[in-house]
Parts: sequence; C-alpha cells; structure tokens
Amino acid sequence: MSANNLQLTDDGRLRHLLTLDGLPARILTQILDTAASFLTVSDAERDVKKVPLLRGKAIFNIFFENSTRTRTTFEIAAKRLSADVVNLNINASSQSKGETLLDTIANLSAMQADMFIVRHAAAGAGHLIARHVAPHIHIINAGDGRCSHPTQGLLDMYTLRHFKGPFHNLRVAIVGDVLHSRVARSQIHALTTLGCPEVRVVAPKTLLPRDVENLGVHVFHKMAEGIKDVDAVLMLRLQNERMRGSRLPSAGEYYKHWGLTPDKLKLAKPDAIVMHPGPMNRGVEIDSAVADGMQSVILSQVTFGIAVRMAVMSILAGN
Amino acid sequence: MKIHIKNGRVIDPASGLDALQDIFVAASHIVGIGGMPANFHANQVIDASGLIVCPGLVDLSVRLREPGLEYMATLETEMHAASVGGVTSLACPPDTDPPLDEPGLVEMLKFRAKHMPGPRVYPVGALTKKLKGEGITEMAELTEAGCVAFSQADAPLIDTQVLLRAMEYAKTFDLPVWLRPQDPHLAREGVAHDGVVAARLGFPPIPVPAETVALSTILLLVRETGARVHLARLSSRAGIEMVRRAKHDGLPITCDVNIHHVHLSEMDTADFNANCHLIPPLRSQRDRDAIRLGLADGTIDVICSDHAPVDDDAKELPFQEAEPGATGVELLLPLTLKWAREAGLPLGKALSYITQHPARIMGIDAGRIGVDRPADLCLFDPEATWVVNRANLASLGKNSPFLGLEMQGRVQYTLIDGHLDYRRGNHQHV
Repeated sequence: MSANNLQLTDDGRLRHLLTLDGLPARILTQILDTAASFLTVSDAERDVKKVPLLRGKAIFNIFFENSTRTRTTFEIAAKRLSADVVNLNINASSQSKGETLLDTIANLSAMQADMFIVRHAAAGAGHLIARHVAPHIHIINAGDGRCSHPTQGLLDMYTLRHFKGPFHNLRVAIVGDVLHSRVARSQIHALTTLGCPEVRVVAPKTLLPRDVENLGVHVFHKMAEGIKDVDAVLMLRLQNERMRGSRLPSAGEYYKHWGLTPDKLKLAKPDAIVMHPGPMNRGVEIDSAVADGMQSVILSQVTFGIAVRMAVMSILAGN
Repeated sequence: MKIHIKNGRVIDPASGLDALQDIFVAASHIVGIGGMPANFHANQVIDASGLIVCPGLVDLSVRLREPGLEYMATLETEMHAASVGGVTSLACPPDTDPPLDEPGLVEMLKFRAKHMPGPRVYPVGALTKKLKGEGITEMAELTEAGCVAFSQADAPLIDTQVLLRAMEYAKTFDLPVWLRPQDPHLAREGVAHDGVVAARLGFPPIPVPAETVALSTILLLVRETGARVHLARLSSRAGIEMVRRAKHDGLPITCDVNIHHVHLSEMDTADFNANCHLIPPLRSQRDRDAIRLGLADGTIDVICSDHAPVDDDAKELPFQEAEPGATGVELLLPLTLKWAREAGLPLGKALSYITQHPARIMGIDAGRIGVDRPADLCLFDPEATWVVNRANLASLGKNSPFLGLEMQGRVQYTLIDGHLDYRRGNHQHV
C-alpha cells in the first residue's frame, strides 16, 4: 500500500494518479475544488468550450481493455484543455503480436508523450508503467483490473459533495458486485479518506471479497437493512457474465433482492440521491423508474466526470 | 585429492555434534574428524577459522529449467547457483518441457548433470504422463533411471481416481509420492491469498480451502492406500493443523514449506511486486506464524527454496500476469539462519531442516557429517553480511523478493564429493 511514493513527488504534489488508496485528503480535496472551477468551461452557454492550459501537450489514451465511454470522457476533457489526444486500442493490435506492456509504453514514450491514460485488465498495471516511464511523463489510471478507477471515484465524490454537502455527515451504501468492482474500491478509499463516518456495502456473499470489512465498511446482505436511512445509494454495474458463473442464479433473482426499485429506495432518507457509474443494466440492478427518477443524479455524474478529469490532468501537468 | 579443513566450528544436526574440529577429506569421503588420520598428507588446507562447517545443504525443489526452458535458466547456471548457495544435493521437479515422464529424459538429465560441476541432481519423475493428470507414468522404469520420487509439480490432478491409482501403483513399489495440495477448481484464475490485500487490490483470490480441501482428499487416500506421501509447499494455518493431526494419527506423511513463506506474507504483495507472486500464494501473517510454529514443533519437516528462476520478460508484467515463482537456492541458507535468529533456535536444529531432514525424505546418503560418509560440506561465515542484488545472484533468474535487502550468513566454500566445487571470491568453479 505504498503507492504514494509513486504517486506523489518528494514535495507532496501529485505525479501520477494510480489509486485513491492512501492518497491524502488534501489532494482529493484539491482535485474536487479544481474540478469546480472547470465546470464553467463545459457550460452549455459558452461559445468556446476550451481553455489553453494543456496546449502543445500530447496525451495518449491507451486502452488495453475495451471502453468507449470512459475513453471518450478523457478525450473530451483533454481537448477542452487544448491538449492533442491520441487514442489507442491495444488489445486489438500489438499485444496480440506479442509485444509486452512495457515495450508498448516505451514505444509510445519515444513519440514524445506527456501523459498516458491507461486502462488494463490487470491490477497494478498503472503502477508498473509508472515505475518505468521517464520522470516528466504522467500516468492516469483509467481502470486496472478489479483494483481501482480513481477518476470515477473522484467524480462520485464530487457528485456527493455537490448534492449532499460535507462528507462527515453522510451515510452511504454501495450496492452490488463489490468483488469485481474497481469503482467500489475507489469509492470506499475516497469516502473513508474524506471522513465519511458510515460506508456500507450491500451484496450477496458471492459478490463480496473476503475480509472486505478491513477496508472500513459495514457489510450488509439485505437491501432493506443496507440502504435504510442512507443519504446516498451508489449502485454498481452487474456484468452479464456473473450470471453465467456460479455466483448468481439469474438476473431475475438478483433484481428481486438487490435491484434498486422505488419501493426499496423509500427505505433510504427521503432526500437520498442515487448514483451509478454506467452503463446501466435497467431491470437488473436498477429499475428505470429510479434511474430516471427525481432522486437520480446519474447524468450529473457524467457532466462532473469531464470536469474532474480536466482537473486531474491540469494538476498533473503542473497548473 | 586430500583436503584438510582446519579450525572450523563443525555442526552436524544428525549427530548433535557442535565443536571446533578439523575435518580430513580424502578422495570422495570424510576420513577423519578431530585428529588427523595416519599418513594423511593434505594437498590443500582450508582455514575455516570463524566459519561453520555443516553438511552440504539438501534442497527438495530446485528448477534447473532443462530440458526445454533454457530461456529462463540453464542446467549449468542453476547448478552453479546451487553450489554458491551451499547446496550439494538437490531434487528437481518434473515441470520441464517436455516433463520428466520418460526414462530417456531422466537418464539424459542425470548424465548431463553428472558431467558438470555442481551438486548431485536427483530428478523427481512426473506422476502422470505429460503431467496431464490422466495416465500414470512408468514409475518403476523412471526409478531405475534415477528418479527419487514422483510428483505433479504445480500441475493439477483433477481426476481423483487417477490420484488414487497413482498412489496405489507407487505403493506397489514403495515409491514416494510428492504432492502439492491445491484444489484446481477453488484456485481457478486465482493469484493471491484471499485476504485483506486481495480485498483491497482486487487480486483474483486463492482461498485457503483450495489447500485444505485437496489436503483432505490426499490424507484420506493415504489412509486408504498407505502410500508414502510428502506434502509440498504448505501455506496455511488450517493446512498445517490438518497435517499435525494426521501425523499424530500415525499417517506416513512428511511435509515442507518454501523458505519465502517463512518470512513473507500477503502484505509483501501489496505494492504489486511480481517477485512475490508465488505458488501457493503468500498468505496472512497468522498463516506465516503458523508455519513458524509448525517448523518449531516438527509438524513441518523441511524448508526448501522452491527455486524458480524466471526471465525478466515474464516478470516485468502486472502482478497477476507475471510468471509465478522466485529464485531462491542462493538464499536458502541465509534465510534459514534469519529465521533461526528470529525464533531463537539453536543453529543445529535450524540446519536440520535444510540438511538431515530433506536427505531422509529423498532417501539419499547425504545431509550428515561422519567418517566414511560422502564429503559434501558447506562452509559458511555466520557473521558475513551482504545485500542481495542482481549482480551477486549467480542464478540466471533475478526474481527475488529480497532484492535490496541485507542477509547475514554467506557460503565461503562448497565441497561436493570430496572436491572443492565452489570458493567465494572468484565466483568460478575450482
């Protein structure tokens, strides 16, 4: 859990964003505050949705795992900062020809990259890359295995803070496939670091890591107990392949017990908000009436996501 | 060749000897301990002042990577590394390419090893053809070719009926079977202990029941067949407790642990260090404490290096994608000494786990010092400190979790079959 000597410079500034695990509250808050200032750049009213902070910088979106949504949000964020963006989907190209991860990175570094945004199927891929790149190159982890997805965790914190105020008053439930979720891990680390006094996870035993309570969460298996009186319900995406293994019998049974329906949501505080990292499986983990309902802030998450990613890039580039 | 080793502190765990004594070697054997035999004229005198003279180490698991895996390491480099580590007899597992499942392959390996400097090499034969877990091998023929035991190495044996038949067939010739207990289904896709670190980092887990369920099957089949089974690389507190009870019940079993598991835990995987990606996985600190207790009370018979040299390309990957294993044959002695210091154990007792006991399990005349016994000796400086780094590891594999860390205790001379095989200083065979 010594990512910080990689993530932070000797004088305590952010060098790479690899994980929220162990990142100090001061840095998290700095990113959230900076994101607030970038929200206006994305304002629909604005003619030119750009600022010149990263002009001339080359940002490489390197995705070893398929993703359209996350890659696009990073691309938009980079372009709004005036950076040059190159997108690479590696799983289809050189990796299948036997090139190693570090060779790929070395080649791209030789093309004068300033920043790599990396998604990879294995935990710690970003850490490995960060150990091998030249000191001026910055790494942003856009998801590594089941380990972490720090910008998603940050945009969720931004959304929570925006709608619900300071973290020290909040009771938050994370619902769904925590075991396979890098989003859940990042949320948990951010919430505990930012002083949220009660973080709950709600899931069947087959979707929870052993020893998960060591992360500082309260474990619930029943929705009725897990989301009772919470200020926010953070839903997780349930991958379809979970239904094919032995972890769950069917989408129907999952929905019945852990799907967020209007009835279940009534157990939370009346003003509780509902979040989801997308893409949603309507009728599996969340009912459409909730996803599109008054308490849902899911689309705000997407908007804030751009600002948060702009903030991270801008801070890494030294602005 | 006659060698006079003088002024050393001779420790022989088997006889309990621990005294400043001279040792006299002629041809391949020890001809005197203490007083010089009549008409002994040394060709060479080794001043062992300040050194401990112990039996040459015996290591139950050293991968030499031949045949077939020479891109990782070679017979020559790894036999030399073993000698640098004070190892004079080693067993090599059958997980080569092709696996050691035919007498011809074993004979070739024995022949090549015999004509190189370095330790005595004892192949472990494949228990099943191609290690596929389907058909059993020609165990009797393989034994004649030089195999000392039969195992699946780390390959799964899914079909329990095959396991039962293999044990029955081995018992027919009273051949030892070495098994690493791991249920392949429970361990599927896993890379790390199912504990706090895997919860935090999202490593696909290998739960403790992967070990205990397999162990339970093996122990029941031992009761059924009476086969002589050695359990390799135990990793969990629950597994060790099962072995403790089974031994108490009188089952003909022995077991070992990997020296890395005596010192490291899942916490060492928390920074994604691929050199800590081992099979079985490093488990919790409680499991590590149980391993130490199991060693102290004799439940665990042997410490081995489970030496697995891996090339950099296969290790410079994210943790879960990296080839598992650690290079270790050169660290077996200093890490055993470190454990002895930490556990407050007498040196002789600690050394028994890497000399006398593994020799007994391999069924070879080694691991002890005595007149008329083979002159396989390890002379080490118990006070010498050194820092493990890529340059000073003789193994082609530089994949050690201990890179950059200080060791205390270093081999100065290794004698094999009465000749000086290794002397520190020139890093060459003499």
